[in-house]
Amino acid sequence: MTGAHGGIRRRTVHSHGLPLAVYEQGDPAHPTVVLVHGYPDTHAVWDDVAADLAADHHVVRYDVRGAGASGVPAGRHEYRLELLGADLLAVADAVSPDHPVHVVAHDWGSVQSWEAVTTPGARQRIASYTTMSGPCLDHMGHWIRHRLRRPTPRHLRQLLVQGLHSWYITAFHLPVLAPATWRLWLARAWPRVLRDLEAVRPRPGHPQATLKQDAVRGIELYRANMRPTIRRPRERHTDVPVQLITLRRDHYVSDFLSDGLERWAPKLTRRSLDATHWSALLEKGATVAGMVRDFTTRIAAGHEHAPPDSGELVVVTGGGSGIGRATALAFAEQGARVVVCDRDLESAERTAELCMLTGSAAHAYRVDVSDGAAVDAFAATVAAEHGVPDVVVNNAGIGHSGTFLQTTEKEWQRVLDVNLWGVIHGCRAFGTLMVERGTGGHIVNLASAAAYLPSKVLAAYATSKAAVYMLSDCLRAELAPHRIGVSTICPGIIDTNITRTSTFSGLTADEQAAKQAKVSKLYARRGFPPEKVAAQIVRAVRTGKPVVPVTIESKAARLLGRLSPALLRRAAQLNAG
Amino acid sequence: MPATSTPPAFPYTEQDLARFRETQQLAYGCAEQVAAWIEPGVTERQATAKLRRCLVRAGVQDFFHVPFAWFGDRTAFRHFHTPLQFFAGNRKLQEGMPYVLDCAPVVDGYTADIGYGGKVGDNPVWDRLAQDLKVYRELILREVRARRPLNEVYAAVDAQIAAHGYDNRHRVYPGRVIGHQVTRTTARGPAGVNLFGFGVRTLQTLGRELISERLHGRSPLWADGRASRHAPTPGLWAVEPHIGFREVGIKFEELLVVTEDDAYWLDDDLPHVRRWTHTQEATA
Ligand SMILES: NC(=O)c1ccc[n+]([C@@H]2O[C@H](COP(=O)([O-])OP(=O)(O)OC[C@H]3O[C@@H](n4cnc5c(N)ncnc54)[C@H](O)[C@@H]3O)[C@@H](O)[C@H]2O)c1
Repeated sequence: MTGAHGGIRRRTVHSHGLPLAVYEQGDPAHPTVVLVHGYPDTHAVWDDVAADLAADHHVVRYDVRGAGASGVPAGRHEYRLELLGADLLAVADAVSPDHPVHVVAHDWGSVQSWEAVTTPGARQRIASYTTMSGPCLDHMGHWIRHRLRRPTPRHLRQLLVQGLHSWYITAFHLPVLAPATWRLWLARAWPRVLRDLEAVRPRPGHPQATLKQDAVRGIELYRANMRPTIRRPRERHTDVPVQLITLRRDHYVSDFLSDGLERWAPKLTRRSLDATHWSALLEKGATVAGMVRDFTTRIAAGHEHAPPDSGELVVVTGGGSGIGRATALAFAEQGARVVVCDRDLESAERTAELCMLTGSAAHAYRVDVSDGAAVDAFAATVAAEHGVPDVVVNNAGIGHSGTFLQTTEKEWQRVLDVNLWGVIHGCRAFGTLMVERGTGGHIVNLASAAAYLPSKVLAAYATSKAAVYMLSDCLRAELAPHRIGVSTICPGIIDTNITRTSTFSGLTADEQAAKQAKVSKLYARRGFPPEKVAAQIVRAVRTGKPVVPVTIESKAARLLGRLSPALLRRAAQLNAG
Repeated sequence: MPATSTPPAFPYTEQDLARFRETQQLAYGCAEQVAAWIEPGVTERQATAKLRRCLVRAGVQDFFHVPFAWFGDRTAFRHFHTPLQFFAGNRKLQEGMPYVLDCAPVVDGYTADIGYGGKVGDNPVWDRLAQDLKVYRELILREVRARRPLNEVYAAVDAQIAAHGYDNRHRVYPGRVIGHQVTRTTARGPAGVNLFGFGVRTLQTLGRELISERLHGRSPLWADGRASRHAPTPGLWAVEPHIGFREVGIKFEELLVVTEDDAYWLDDDLPHVRRWTHTQEATA
């Protein structure tokens, strides 16, 4: 850090009789950002974020009551949310009496900042609020009530998943045992927990020396607030602009907990980050600081809303039609920047235009994926102009129908060139870039139910898809240590343009057109839209699912192939496909 | 299937066409009045009531079907499971929402059937759809002029919708129709009385048409099935391509004149056509 304001300045602010340890850095003339830490941390968890923001912000951190160098409350009642919220406002008043502050908070810091942000009149003191991994307990209470009242399967699953994620909250309510666990074991093991479960590399000064006492005292945060607030949730609205950063690998807070948050915070901007609960601050501090800077700049310019931004770059091959177009759109709607390529440039440009309608940036390129040199050049262009992608979807493919002996050498070559070599080229070019970058990523390959469902009339097509299936299995093993996931998608019958461009061995042009029309009608009647495949692809990337059969026929074929391969072998003789 | 007999002669005089044009103008005029009045907070029912009042005041005696209004994602017929959902409901218009008004007034037996798409406030998706709708108006005319079978025209529209990346929303209408024939209603049933949203006189006329056309291997309804596998029948067709993207839907509906050897839109002086000329001039 440089300049007169480089050092960290210490002061004490009194709130409801308790001394709070406050740490300031950066030029006080710049906009003030107050960083509020969670449990069992102290202000030190923000070291990286603060150092980055101090370049153009007045950065203020404090140890919340009971933690680090701040005073310790006398009893449980002094850990109540009202007091925690008042602490934040007291610090804001002391460090920036004349201008409202930007608040950034994590975990329990976020829970208590919600209290301040949803206090009537908060807008006077708080210019914006960036929240990570800490919901408003009142909102959470309403969230649970709503789901209990309408127990659809989806709602019940969400309740169950969030319940499992919050097991430790129940554990924290256990008398004696919870503090004893911290005292006797967990405090010592914490660096290992962070490393193994949270992907945080150990480093000096972290965790803080006071961890054991911070963790034990902080248990009172849960005990004083969880039950009463969730049982009797209040209506807490705010007109403060809120930026929600969802951490996509958070083990404690699930993303759907923010469903419907717009009801309480209408000026909501959603962004997401590929990070765990703690790696966001301890490994990706600069990225978080960048997101905060973006938001404060935007607010200063008078824009209270921003389109969603997942911060990801997604590449989709064959993105001009069907599953590829739907996938590009699905990622764009989540705020990803999208690059689509296709043999047919016009259709790819149209996809990019549709993506831009959802508010995302998108670009289109003409690429024939069967041409290895062209794919390499494409990858280099993408890296130079847009960066290394976080997700690559090798989707481009063609349909072909013909028995083994009917299929000519040329036809075999064409099918394998696009369906297999296209995927090989894509994985190699982009996989290399992702490994070099070293921050992980995800590759999705489009196989098909035909990969495990033999059929005498799909000899070349099924062979190409089986190869994609296997190459994905091998690649997954190779890329796992680099934290690059590989998913194989196996759709059944999807209503796309593929049936209108599929070729058939041994037919005249007229017969071929008639066959295309007939198969198209069949696929249309099945009526399974590509958007549903796209949703499964996005889910596979989010959850890291390795193999995803889509549609009931694809799932049934996979199951049947395991139960009775002989049956599938016999069915392959049917003239279907 | 009965052999397709020679198509009927074009049944209307210039005066008839002028009367149809007048009724269509009247209908679009009322839709524009409602559009000028509509604002956040208005419900679909209030909008149809206003539209109906406006039409009656302008001299409309009967309706081919009751007026419809769809707001928000209902413009794209999202989550429609029963035909009852077509009827205007309590949905309130909000800032940024698209809406569609659809009415079919009858004056002296001359019928119009129109669709008007609009939005309140800012909606870039709607802007794009509204612009692209032009392609469909030109495509349909081109194909009908080439006297392509109606089911093939329907398929060409579908292919264009797929290329645009939208979806076909007219297939949600009963019978998946993109259009239907319009004749001078001469039925005697009670005017102003309706059954399932269609005027009693409409049903009488439509029933008679369905039967007589069927005998000639033609259908007064234009869809993608076998029944539409015939060249465009001379007469008047109300054509209503309805496209959607995500939560936004838009349509136009207007009369297409099909003569024995040509076709043209009855009137080009309509709100959506004027909008295209404006934007063309603005970007020129
Ligand atoms: N539709 C289905 O039923 C189905 C089922 C299982 C698997 N799949 C697979 O899903 C993928 C997408 O298929 P779809 O149904 O969306 O098909 P589609 O024909 O609608 O789209 C495929 C796109 O890929 C492009 N493309 C084809 N060859 C290319 C090449 N050499 N280089 C660049 N782009 C090329 C096409 O131009 C087209 O835009 C394919 O790999 C297909 O095999 C489809």
